[in-house]
Amino acid sequence: MTKLVYFAWVRERIGTNEEEIDLPDSVKTGTDLLAWMKTRGENYEAALAMDNAIRIAIDQEHVDHDAPLGNPREIALFPPMTGG
Amino acid sequence: MAAVEPVVRVQADDFDIATENARLTEGRTDVGAVVTFTGLCRDEGGTLAALELEHYPGMAQAEIGRIAREAAERWPLTGLTVIHRHGKIAPGENIVLVVTASAHRQAAFEAANFLMDFLKTRAPFWKKEHRRDGTEGGWVEARDIDDKAAERWHKT
Repeated sequence: MTKLVYFAWVRERIGTNEEEIDLPDSVKTGTDLLAWMKTRGENYEAALAMDNAIRIAIDQEHVDHDAPLGNPREIALFPPMTGG
Repeated sequence: MAAVEPVVRVQADDFDIATENARLTEGRTDVGAVVTFTGLCRDEGGTLAALELEHYPGMAQAEIGRIAREAAERWPLTGLTVIHRHGKIAPGENIVLVVTASAHRQAAFEAANFLMDFLKTRAPFWKKEHRRDGTEGGWVEARDIDDKAAERWHKT
């Protein structure tokens, strides 16, 4: 099981802030993850429609979409940051 | 000279600028420059009741720590403090504080500038507007100009 956490408008559109998911073996990169997530329902499709606007963090470190996911405890999906 | 260990805090509470400033200079005679940057919540047009800053607990602290250590390795700093608030923040209130101390001003200015450019684009915080008329505003959008500002620090 992998914990998925969501923030800001990604969280609002999906409708939950976190969930535990069994990722299919075919999901090996962030790009794979986003494609698969979008098949899970209209809310996921709406939240993740613009791939380029989604940032991915694996175990609390940013990664590029094409980076291998490995075997993480926690994956976060969120919009571009607006800190500072 | 070994890089200083930055002080990084992510908190809901406000901070005191004079206290944080003094922490980097008290009892020392090797500090020649302290740069203090404070980012405040700005109300554009009198419509904003508050900004709600959502953050990624854990990662916010870790990521600011990574950015701060990078600054401490790139410039000869004698001290470095970064404080970033989360939660509801009203116009006029503080959001973020960066204090850099060094023997000379150039390092202190540049490190503070670098830190702010990276906090804008890499620290996992998101701002949502709450309007005075009671309606929910939107999420503040990331700006290209901030990405460009951060890019100029990439070493070639």
